[in-house]
Amino acid sequence: MNVLQDSLLELIRRTSTEIPDDVHKAILGALEREKQGTIAASAMKIIEQNIALAKTKSQPICQDTGSIIFYVDCPMGFDQIGFEQAAREAVKMATRKGFLRQNSVDSITGRNDGTNVGPGSPILHFHQHAPEEVSVRLVLKGGGCENVGAQYSLPNEKLKANRDMDGCRKVILDAVLQAQGKGCGPGILGVCIGGDRATGYEFSKQQFLRKLEDSNPNPDLDKLERDIVDTANKLGIGPMGFGGRTTLLGAKIGVLNRLPASYFVSISYMCWAYRRQGVALDFAGRIQKWLY
Amino acid sequence: MIQLTTPVSEADVRSLKVGDEVAITGTVFTGRDAVHKYLHEGGLLPPGVSFQGGVLYHCGPVIIKDEQDSWKCVAAGPTTSIREEPYQWQVIRDFGLRGVIGKGGMGERTVEACKQYGCVYLHAVGGAAQVLAECIKRVPNVYFMEQFGAPEAIWEFQVVSFPAVVTIDAHGNSLHKEVLAVSQAELAKYL
Ligand code: SF4
Repeated sequence: MNVLQDSLLELIRRTSTEIPDDVHKAILGALEREKQGTIAASAMKIIEQNIALAKTKSQPICQDTGSIIFYVDCPMGFDQIGFEQAAREAVKMATRKGFLRQNSVDSITGRNDGTNVGPGSPILHFHQHAPEEVSVRLVLKGGGCENVGAQYSLPNEKLKANRDMDGCRKVILDAVLQAQGKGCGPGILGVCIGGDRATGYEFSKQQFLRKLEDSNPNPDLDKLERDIVDTANKLGIGPMGFGGRTTLLGAKIGVLNRLPASYFVSISYMCWAYRRQGVALDFAGRIQKWLY
Repeated sequence: MIQLTTPVSEADVRSLKVGDEVAITGTVFTGRDAVHKYLHEGGLLPPGVSFQGGVLYHCGPVIIKDEQDSWKCVAAGPTTSIREEPYQWQVIRDFGLRGVIGKGGMGERTVEACKQYGCVYLHAVGGAAQVLAECIKRVPNVYFMEQFGAPEAIWEFQVVSFPAVVTIDAHGNSLHKEVLAVSQAELAKYL
């Protein structure tokens, strides 16, 4: 094991077993908000106990440890090939140690070689930046919530959604309605307005790198984000779809340019087991600080 | 919290209603995609496994061997149940199940089968792998391990106070249907 592999293994361990502070705060808020004695409150209590237990036992918060998505910001001249190798080794090691479930399956044969390493796993996004620092963010995204994601092409006649902010609002809320509790709510939405089918979904997932308590620098989007959360929480879907006051813990919306012919709204749903962490590394690959 | 001990009688099941919180104690078998398809295609349960008065859990657990070489469950949250919708009604009818644990709810055919044969759908908290694994005190047996692989095998669990909520009862009610209808009507107000 080299230093970088060690650091990435620790990043994976912590991501899989500890919920980030901002998410934990939102979950505690939801627990308080639910009416005492309801099944929604019981579900939130179990979720809270689960978070504590996973941390103490250093075991996965949820057994579906999800897609493994790395986002790497690095300076010029950074060895991306070496990083990729280290990431793969760290994933294999984390799987052997049980921080990740054997979770990657050959799509045709159904074979699972038990390593979590193969075509498309782990996923790595590199981005070059000016500072000398290397920062690595990791999101583990489960399958149940991924299955309730949706992509809409506007206009959508059935939903009376036109190519404007109100149309975006309508389809986003429709996605919440369709998801009900099936994505292990209360959930968090990552949304991309615009882009093509691939970049739209990709950018919708990148929204999960934002902290829950931040505000969108674009005032229109900020308003829409707050409105989506407020409205969703009036629908009575609640934790696990049991009915209740918290359907969403957050909504984060980004925008990409589009072609005149296309208008996609892509929505990724993240379950309450919102596993996201990050580290800043020094040049040798040692962890300098935690990012969330 | 209503205590539910296996084997469960039809009368016990019929007395439950949507929204009841239950704590299950006794034997629970896991079964997911492969098991349902197999039973649907006419497969038989292996000797030693009976679903009569029993509870089936849609779960692909993470199980290890402990120092004494016994099975130990380290993570055991529910998996999405709707995938078993084509098969569940038949498994309830033919094998005498009284309870099915999972997440996300099930469809009309399962609601019908629950009503007709006396069974309930019990929703566990999705993602609560650690809390639920704590309720699994012993893993005495596993069946079809070779055939289906570890996550898809039939695991026999001894559980104590395993928490779940009745979201489909034996009277044709479904919390999933209710919440969908309510949320649809609410959303219409805000569009
Ligand atoms: S949706 Fe999330 S919490 Fe639910 S089972 Fe999947 S990873 Fe776990």
